[in-house]
Amino acid sequence: MWIYEKRLQYPVNITQTNAKLAQVIISQFGGPDGELAASQRYLSQRYTMPDKVAKGLLTDIGSEELNHMEIVCAIIYQLTKNLSIEEIKASGFDKYYVDHTTALWPQAAGGVPFNACQFQSKGDAITDLTEDLAAEQKARTTYDNILRLIDDPEICDPIRFLRAREIVHFQRFGEALRHIQESLDSNNFYAFNPEFDRP
Amino acid sequence: MKDRKQLMHEINVASFTVDEAVLFLDTHPDDSKAMAYYQEWSQKRRDLVRTYEKQFGPLTNDSVADTDKFSWLDEPWPWEGGNC
Repeated sequence: MWIYEKRLQYPVNITQTNAKLAQVIISQFGGPDGELAASQRYLSQRYTMPDKVAKGLLTDIGSEELNHMEIVCAIIYQLTKNLSIEEIKASGFDKYYVDHTTALWPQAAGGVPFNACQFQSKGDAITDLTEDLAAEQKARTTYDNILRLIDDPEICDPIRFLRAREIVHFQRFGEALRHIQESLDSNNFYAFNPEFDRP
Repeated sequence: MKDRKQLMHEINVASFTVDEAVLFLDTHPDDSKAMAYYQEWSQKRRDLVRTYEKQFGPLTNDSVADTDKFSWLDEPWPWEGGNC
Protein backbone atom coordinates (compact mmCIF):
# COMPACT_ATOMS: atom_id res chain seq x y z
CA MET A 1 0.00 0.00 0.00
CA TRP A 2 1.02 3.62 -0.24
CA ILE A 3 0.77 6.56 2.15
CA TYR A 4 0.43 10.04 0.69
CA GLU A 5 2.67 12.73 2.18
CA LYS A 6 1.53 16.28 1.51
CA ARG A 7 4.76 17.58 -0.05
CA LEU A 8 6.71 17.18 -3.29
CA GLN A 9 9.92 15.14 -3.36
CA TYR A 10 11.53 18.27 -4.85
CA PRO A 11 9.87 21.72 -4.65
CA VAL A 12 8.25 23.37 -7.68
CA ASN A 13 7.62 27.13 -7.53
CA ILE A 14 7.02 28.53 -11.02
CA THR A 15 5.86 32.15 -11.10
CA GLN A 16 5.76 32.68 -14.90
CA THR A 17 3.23 30.67 -16.93
CA ASN A 18 4.37 29.21 -20.26
CA ALA A 19 1.86 27.03 -22.12
CA LYS A 20 4.32 26.33 -24.93
CA LEU A 21 6.81 24.66 -22.59
CA ALA A 22 4.03 22.82 -20.74
CA GLN A 23 3.17 21.06 -24.01
CA VAL A 24 6.75 19.79 -24.25
CA ILE A 25 7.21 18.84 -20.60
CA ILE A 26 3.91 16.88 -20.57
CA SER A 27 5.81 14.11 -22.40
CA GLN A 28 7.45 13.25 -19.09
CA PHE A 29 3.95 12.68 -17.65
CA GLY A 30 2.33 10.50 -20.34
CA GLY A 31 4.94 10.12 -23.08
CA PRO A 32 6.90 7.00 -24.11
CA ASP A 33 9.68 7.61 -21.57
CA GLY A 34 7.58 9.47 -19.01
CA GLU A 35 7.13 9.00 -15.29
CA LEU A 36 3.70 7.32 -15.52
CA ALA A 37 5.15 4.59 -17.74
CA ALA A 38 8.19 4.33 -15.44
CA SER A 39 6.09 3.84 -12.29
CA GLN A 40 3.80 1.27 -13.91
CA ARG A 41 6.73 -0.57 -15.50
CA TYR A 42 8.52 -1.16 -12.19
CA LEU A 43 5.45 -1.65 -10.03
CA SER A 44 4.06 -4.21 -12.51
CA GLN A 45 7.32 -6.11 -12.95
CA ARG A 46 7.97 -6.61 -9.24
CA TYR A 47 5.29 -9.25 -8.47
CA THR A 48 7.01 -12.12 -10.26
CA MET A 49 10.58 -10.91 -9.76
CA PRO A 50 12.31 -13.87 -8.07
CA ASP A 51 15.21 -11.99 -6.48
CA LYS A 52 14.82 -10.05 -3.21
CA VAL A 53 17.22 -7.25 -4.18
CA ALA A 54 15.39 -6.61 -7.46
CA LYS A 55 11.95 -6.97 -5.82
CA GLY A 56 12.83 -4.32 -3.23
CA LEU A 57 14.43 -2.03 -5.78
CA LEU A 58 11.43 -2.20 -8.15
CA THR A 59 9.12 -1.34 -5.25
CA ASP A 60 11.25 1.58 -4.03
CA ILE A 61 12.11 3.04 -7.44
CA GLY A 62 8.54 2.43 -8.68
CA SER A 63 7.26 4.40 -5.70
CA GLU A 64 9.77 7.19 -6.33
CA GLU A 65 8.51 7.42 -9.93
CA LEU A 66 5.07 8.27 -8.54
CA ASN A 67 6.74 11.20 -6.76
CA HIS A 68 8.36 12.22 -10.04
CA MET A 69 5.03 12.03 -11.86
CA GLU A 70 3.64 14.42 -9.23
CA ILE A 71 6.58 16.82 -9.75
CA VAL A 72 6.08 16.82 -13.55
CA CYS A 73 2.33 17.38 -13.08
CA ALA A 74 3.01 20.24 -10.64
CA ILE A 75 5.31 21.87 -13.24
CA ILE A 76 2.62 21.59 -15.95
CA TYR A 77 -0.13 22.78 -13.59
CA GLN A 78 1.88 25.86 -12.61
CA LEU A 79 2.90 26.59 -16.23
CA THR A 80 -0.75 26.61 -17.37
CA LYS A 81 -2.40 28.31 -14.39
CA ASN A 82 -4.68 31.28 -15.09
CA LEU A 83 -3.97 31.32 -18.84
CA SER A 84 -5.96 33.79 -20.91
CA ILE A 85 -7.71 32.68 -24.12
CA GLU A 86 -5.26 34.87 -26.06
CA GLU A 87 -2.29 33.07 -24.49
CA ILE A 88 -3.92 29.67 -25.16
CA LYS A 89 -4.37 30.53 -28.83
CA ALA A 90 -0.95 32.11 -29.30
CA SER A 91 0.95 29.22 -27.67
CA GLY A 92 -0.76 26.45 -29.61
CA PHE A 93 -2.20 25.09 -26.34
CA ASP A 94 -5.69 25.32 -27.90
CA LYS A 95 -5.54 21.75 -29.24
CA TYR A 96 -5.00 20.36 -25.74
CA TYR A 97 -7.34 22.88 -24.12
CA VAL A 98 -10.32 21.89 -26.25
CA ASP A 99 -10.29 18.34 -24.79
CA HIS A 100 -8.93 18.88 -21.27
CA THR A 101 -9.23 22.63 -20.47
CA THR A 102 -6.19 23.01 -18.18
CA ALA A 103 -6.55 19.62 -16.42
CA LEU A 104 -3.72 17.10 -16.38
CA TRP A 105 -4.06 14.21 -18.84
CA PRO A 106 -1.23 11.81 -19.71
CA GLN A 107 -0.05 12.28 -23.27
CA ALA A 108 3.20 12.70 -25.20
CA ALA A 109 4.34 16.09 -26.46
CA GLY A 110 3.12 15.12 -29.94
CA GLY A 111 -0.41 14.52 -28.59
CA VAL A 112 -0.22 10.70 -28.55
CA PRO A 113 -2.17 9.44 -25.52
CA PHE A 114 -0.54 7.34 -22.80
CA ASN A 115 -0.60 3.67 -23.69
CA ALA A 116 0.53 0.63 -21.65
CA CYS A 117 2.49 -0.51 -24.74
CA GLN A 118 5.00 2.21 -23.82
CA PHE A 119 6.47 -0.22 -21.28
CA GLN A 120 6.94 -3.93 -20.81
CA SER A 121 6.46 -6.34 -17.97
CA LYS A 122 7.90 -9.45 -19.56
CA GLY A 123 8.24 -11.93 -16.72
CA ASP A 124 11.94 -12.62 -17.29
CA ALA A 125 14.32 -11.06 -14.77
CA ILE A 126 17.16 -10.31 -17.22
CA THR A 127 14.78 -9.00 -19.89
CA ASP A 128 12.92 -6.75 -17.46
CA LEU A 129 16.01 -5.31 -15.79
CA THR A 130 17.57 -4.63 -19.20
CA GLU A 131 14.38 -2.78 -20.17
CA ASP A 132 14.59 -0.82 -16.90
CA LEU A 133 18.18 0.23 -17.62
CA ALA A 134 17.15 1.42 -21.10
CA ALA A 135 14.11 3.22 -19.66
CA GLU A 136 16.27 5.25 -17.25
CA GLN A 137 18.59 6.29 -20.10
CA LYS A 138 15.68 7.20 -22.38
CA ALA A 139 14.16 9.36 -19.66
CA ARG A 140 17.55 10.99 -19.02
CA THR A 141 17.88 11.83 -22.74
CA THR A 142 14.36 13.30 -22.72
CA TYR A 143 15.25 15.54 -19.75
CA ASP A 144 18.43 16.58 -21.57
CA ASN A 145 16.31 17.51 -24.60
CA ILE A 146 13.87 19.44 -22.40
CA LEU A 147 16.74 21.35 -20.76
CA ARG A 148 17.95 22.51 -24.20
CA LEU A 149 14.55 24.12 -24.76
CA ILE A 150 14.36 25.97 -21.42
CA ASP A 151 16.25 28.82 -19.83
CA ASP A 152 13.90 29.74 -16.98
CA PRO A 153 15.76 28.65 -13.80
CA GLU A 154 12.46 28.05 -11.97
CA ILE A 155 11.68 25.26 -14.49
CA CYS A 156 15.25 24.02 -15.05
CA ASP A 157 15.84 23.40 -11.35
CA PRO A 158 13.27 20.60 -10.77
CA ILE A 159 13.97 19.18 -14.28
CA ARG A 160 17.67 18.86 -13.36
CA PHE A 161 16.70 17.05 -10.16
CA LEU A 162 14.59 14.57 -12.16
CA ARG A 163 17.40 14.06 -14.68
CA ALA A 164 19.86 13.25 -11.90
CA ARG A 165 17.49 10.64 -10.47
CA GLU A 166 17.49 8.75 -13.79
CA ILE A 167 21.25 8.33 -13.47
CA VAL A 168 21.04 7.02 -9.89
CA HIS A 169 18.27 4.58 -10.84
CA PHE A 170 20.33 3.35 -13.81
CA GLN A 171 23.23 2.63 -11.45
CA ARG A 172 21.01 0.70 -9.00
CA PHE A 173 19.27 -1.34 -11.71
CA GLY A 174 22.72 -2.24 -13.05
CA GLU A 175 23.70 -3.50 -9.60
CA ALA A 176 20.48 -5.53 -9.34
CA LEU A 177 21.07 -7.11 -12.76
CA ARG A 178 24.63 -8.02 -11.76
CA HIS A 179 23.31 -9.49 -8.50
CA ILE A 180 20.86 -11.74 -10.40
CA GLN A 181 23.50 -12.80 -12.91
CA GLU A 182 25.83 -13.80 -10.07
CA SER A 183 23.22 -16.35 -8.97
CA LEU A 184 23.00 -17.85 -12.48
CA ASP A 185 25.30 -20.06 -14.54
CA SER A 186 27.94 -17.68 -15.92
CA ASN A 187 28.40 -19.98 -18.96
CA ASN A 188 24.79 -19.41 -19.95
CA PHE A 189 22.65 -16.79 -18.20
CA TYR A 190 19.77 -17.82 -20.44
CA ALA A 191 19.72 -21.57 -19.70
CA PHE A 192 16.42 -20.97 -17.92
CA ASN A 193 14.17 -18.06 -16.96
CA PRO A 194 14.58 -17.61 -13.18
CA GLU A 195 11.18 -15.94 -13.10
CA PHE A 196 9.29 -18.91 -14.58
CA ASP A 197 11.29 -22.14 -14.88
CA ARG A 198 11.98 -24.29 -11.84
CA PRO A 199 15.40 -25.78 -12.66
CA MET B 1 11.17 28.46 16.41
CA LYS B 2 11.93 27.71 12.76
CA ASP B 3 9.64 29.15 10.14
CA ARG B 4 7.49 26.91 8.03
CA LYS B 5 9.53 27.19 4.84
CA GLN B 6 12.79 26.42 6.60
CA LEU B 7 11.30 23.41 8.41
CA MET B 8 9.81 22.02 5.19
CA HIS B 9 13.15 22.49 3.46
CA GLU B 10 14.82 20.47 6.22
CA ILE B 11 12.16 17.74 5.87
CA ASN B 12 12.80 17.62 2.11
CA VAL B 13 16.56 17.32 2.68
CA ALA B 14 16.21 14.57 5.31
CA SER B 15 13.58 12.70 3.24
CA PHE B 16 15.74 12.77 0.13
CA THR B 17 18.73 11.55 2.11
CA VAL B 18 16.63 8.62 3.35
CA ASP B 19 15.35 7.91 -0.21
CA GLU B 20 18.93 7.76 -1.49
CA ALA B 21 20.12 5.60 1.40
CA VAL B 22 17.23 3.17 0.83
CA LEU B 23 18.09 2.63 -2.86
CA PHE B 24 21.76 2.18 -1.98
CA LEU B 25 20.89 -0.32 0.77
CA ASP B 26 18.58 -2.25 -1.60
CA THR B 27 21.68 -3.26 -3.56
CA HIS B 28 24.17 -3.12 -0.63
CA PRO B 29 22.16 -4.54 2.30
CA ASP B 30 25.27 -5.54 4.29
CA ASP B 31 26.98 -2.14 4.20
CA SER B 32 27.13 -1.15 7.90
CA LYS B 33 28.27 2.42 7.20
CA ALA B 34 25.28 2.98 4.91
CA MET B 35 23.01 1.39 7.51
CA ALA B 36 24.22 3.79 10.22
CA TYR B 37 23.72 6.73 7.82
CA TYR B 38 20.19 5.52 7.06
CA GLN B 39 19.34 5.22 10.77
CA GLU B 40 20.71 8.66 11.58
CA TRP B 41 18.75 10.37 8.80
CA SER B 42 15.49 8.47 9.20
CA GLN B 43 15.48 9.45 12.90
CA LYS B 44 16.17 13.08 11.91
CA ARG B 45 13.32 12.89 9.40
CA ARG B 46 10.87 11.50 11.94
CA ASP B 47 11.75 14.27 14.44
CA LEU B 48 11.39 17.01 11.80
CA VAL B 49 8.02 15.67 10.61
CA ARG B 50 6.75 15.54 14.20
CA THR B 51 7.87 19.14 14.84
CA TYR B 52 6.32 20.35 11.58
CA GLU B 53 2.97 18.62 12.13
CA LYS B 54 2.67 20.02 15.67
CA GLN B 55 3.10 23.58 14.38
CA PHE B 56 1.67 23.64 10.88
CA GLY B 57 -0.71 20.73 10.35
CA PRO B 58 -0.77 17.17 9.08
CA LEU B 59 1.48 15.82 6.31
CA THR B 60 -0.37 12.50 6.17
CA ASN B 61 -4.10 11.93 6.58
CA ASP B 62 -3.66 9.83 9.71
CA SER B 63 -1.83 12.57 11.62
CA VAL B 64 -4.61 15.16 11.99
CA ALA B 65 -4.09 16.45 15.53
CA ASP B 66 -7.12 18.73 15.86
CA THR B 67 -10.07 17.20 17.64
CA ASP B 68 -12.73 19.60 16.44
CA LYS B 69 -11.82 20.00 12.79
CA PHE B 70 -10.40 17.84 9.99
CA SER B 71 -7.46 20.13 9.14
CA TRP B 72 -6.11 17.77 6.40
CA LEU B 73 -8.08 19.86 3.90
CA ASP B 74 -7.02 23.29 5.15
CA GLU B 75 -3.48 23.74 3.90
CA PRO B 76 -2.66 24.12 0.20
CA TRP B 77 -1.69 21.02 -1.77
CA PRO B 78 1.94 20.68 -2.81
CA TRP B 79 1.34 21.34 -6.52
CA GLU B 80 -0.33 24.64 -5.54
CA GLY B 81 2.95 25.86 -4.10
CA GLY B 82 2.04 24.77 -0.58
CA ASN B 83 4.70 22.95 1.41
CA CYS B 84 7.46 23.93 -0.98
